[in-house]
Amino acid sequence: MSRDEFILQAEGIYKSYRMGSAEVKVLKGVELAVKKGEFVAIVGASGSGKSTLLHILGALDKPDKGIVRFEGRDLGRYGNGELNKFRNKMVGFVFQFYHLLDELNVLENVFLPAMAGKSVVGWLGCRRRAKKRASQLLGEFGLAERANHKPYELSGGERQRVAIGRALMNEPKILLADEPTGNLDSATGNGILKVFEELNRAGQTIVMVSHDERIAQKAGRIITLTDGKIV
Amino acid sequence: MYKIILSFRYLLKRRISYLAFLAVALCVFIVVVVMTVMTGLVKDFKEKNHSFVGDCVVGTDSLVGFAYYEDFMKILEQSDFVEGVSAVIKSYALVSPRGTEQNVGLEIMGIEPVRHSQVTGFGGTLYYRKGDASRAFKPLYDPNLPGCVVGIDRVLARDAKGEYSYEASPMEIALSVSCFPLTAKGALAKAGTSIVNTMTFYYSDSSRSGLARVDSSLIYLPFEYAQLLCGMNGAEKRASVICIKFKPNVRLEDGCKKVASLWRIFVREKSSERRAELLENVTVQSWKDYRRAFIAAMEKEQAMIIVMFAFVGITTVFIIFVVFYMIISHKSKDIGILKSVGVSNVNLIELFSGFAFLVGLSGSVVGVLGGWLFLLKMNQIEDWLFEHFQFQLWDRTIYAIGDIPNAVDLKVLGCIIVSAVAACLIGAVIPSWQAARLNPAETLQVSQL
Repeated sequence: MSRDEFILQAEGIYKSYRMGSAEVKVLKGVELAVKKGEFVAIVGASGSGKSTLLHILGALDKPDKGIVRFEGRDLGRYGNGELNKFRNKMVGFVFQFYHLLDELNVLENVFLPAMAGKSVVGWLGCRRRAKKRASQLLGEFGLAERANHKPYELSGGERQRVAIGRALMNEPKILLADEPTGNLDSATGNGILKVFEELNRAGQTIVMVSHDERIAQKAGRIITLTDGKIV
Repeated sequence: MYKIILSFRYLLKRRISYLAFLAVALCVFIVVVVMTVMTGLVKDFKEKNHSFVGDCVVGTDSLVGFAYYEDFMKILEQSDFVEGVSAVIKSYALVSPRGTEQNVGLEIMGIEPVRHSQVTGFGGTLYYRKGDASRAFKPLYDPNLPGCVVGIDRVLARDAKGEYSYEASPMEIALSVSCFPLTAKGALAKAGTSIVNTMTFYYSDSSRSGLARVDSSLIYLPFEYAQLLCGMNGAEKRASVICIKFKPNVRLEDGCKKVASLWRIFVREKSSERRAELLENVTVQSWKDYRRAFIAAMEKEQAMIIVMFAFVGITTVFIIFVVFYMIISHKSKDIGILKSVGVSNVNLIELFSGFAFLVGLSGSVVGVLGGWLFLLKMNQIEDWLFEHFQFQLWDRTIYAIGDIPNAVDLKVLGCIIVSAVAACLIGAVIPSWQAARLNPAETLQVSQL
């Protein structure tokens, strides 16, 4: 398979953390490739390095060693501005604890990535379009009437759908989800997984991290991370 | 745009932001009130000193005085930048109410009242002859008697509100004034048993300059009499100083330079005359330099207050630093979220700096308005406190202060607001920089929540 078919590739990723005087090796040479339109689930026990790998794939963290390629380009060679643009336009993150800003209402949380990518003048030029897109996303996720609510006024499932809306706001090429159902009951979690399945059917590339193999079954491909390596 | 929205929301929705806001508002309030009062006191004191001597003073500290003052006054009067000149005799005398054994050493000033009023604020300091200086030395009870104007504190005592209870007409008091007349060489002009000159003057009015030292130890006499008492009425008449008032469009420094230049030429021309050596001791000074000994003390106090408030400013910076450090510690999750959607480090610094700017601006505006309101009502508050609790900021029976100065200087207010905003920005620099350096992956970890 040629390199161009993959949207995201990780080659020999190593990452370790200091815990006191001890060095904890989390990733020990991870090799991974994700094709465009694929729905990949990374499973592994708690502390196996799944979230760390996801953060490295989304350029939220840097590997100690190894290369992450996005559409063939090495993220390590990106400048700070390019990395910010990459996180703003190319990837969308969904976190286990939703990570919405309490100071913004639901609609504002959704169009936050659009605002973050523009200057004040640029935002004034595109704000109507952005708000329309955010409203449309909220409508698709059944949250149209919650647009002016604050995140803490919503249920867990609603908050996670808002977080997915935010992740999709700038139509990213890849969606990175870190235990997206980990904080939800099974019915609500299933609802979120259905959203992911529908998005994937529509062509969205998704990389999801989960410790629960049953949830991972929803993905097209399952990768298991054990002791810092893909097995 | 999110920076503006989030800055406002952080300010309005976070209780800890209110602490920062209150810290700034309180500091600004204190600085506005104290600086206004202190600046007002210094300004008032300077104005009174200016009013007391005019714009420029040509004179000597020597009790002998200097000759040819009339010639120089003519030169000054003919120049295009001088509005008025007034010669003054300055010396010391023993003054005793006639018929008593009591006496007190006072400073005497011999003046021509009309001329002196044209140059200084003398006419406005009088009570019975206010605005009519020509009759300052004519007692109401007998205008033919030689009058004297006495510093108000020598005649009346201030009440608790700083006011004087004037009689309807001046009391009939005869004052015996004794001086040692001096020759041009500084020797006693008289020998033998009668070495002093003594004359009797009648209390005609009191002068209230607002300068405690002047009002408590000065007595004005008619120029010719003072000259006679001091022995300065010889062949070469002498005076102690010439007070000068410049025309309104003349800058003080320029006027003084011109007077100094004229004086140098004058001294050269008179160098061969008798008593020309007395001219060497004469200096030309602006009113600020002439009264420097008195003004400097007040300015020193003002400088000390400014230094103290610089420390208040440093404390504000520290408070803002602590508050921002706490705010940013609480906001580490937000920082991770913002970075995950592509916000740059610079934008994060701008976001928290914008927040600091808002805290500084809103806090200082509220502090300034509060201070302004307090200043407007401060004298009423002090009156109320005095009526109910006998509390006064300054004991008016001792200090020559009327109302507490409360005229707000807009420039000072502007400086205070700018300083407060700058203090907030400085206080927020390190926490903002630290926020920008946070690793988003670490801040978004479950264990960090």
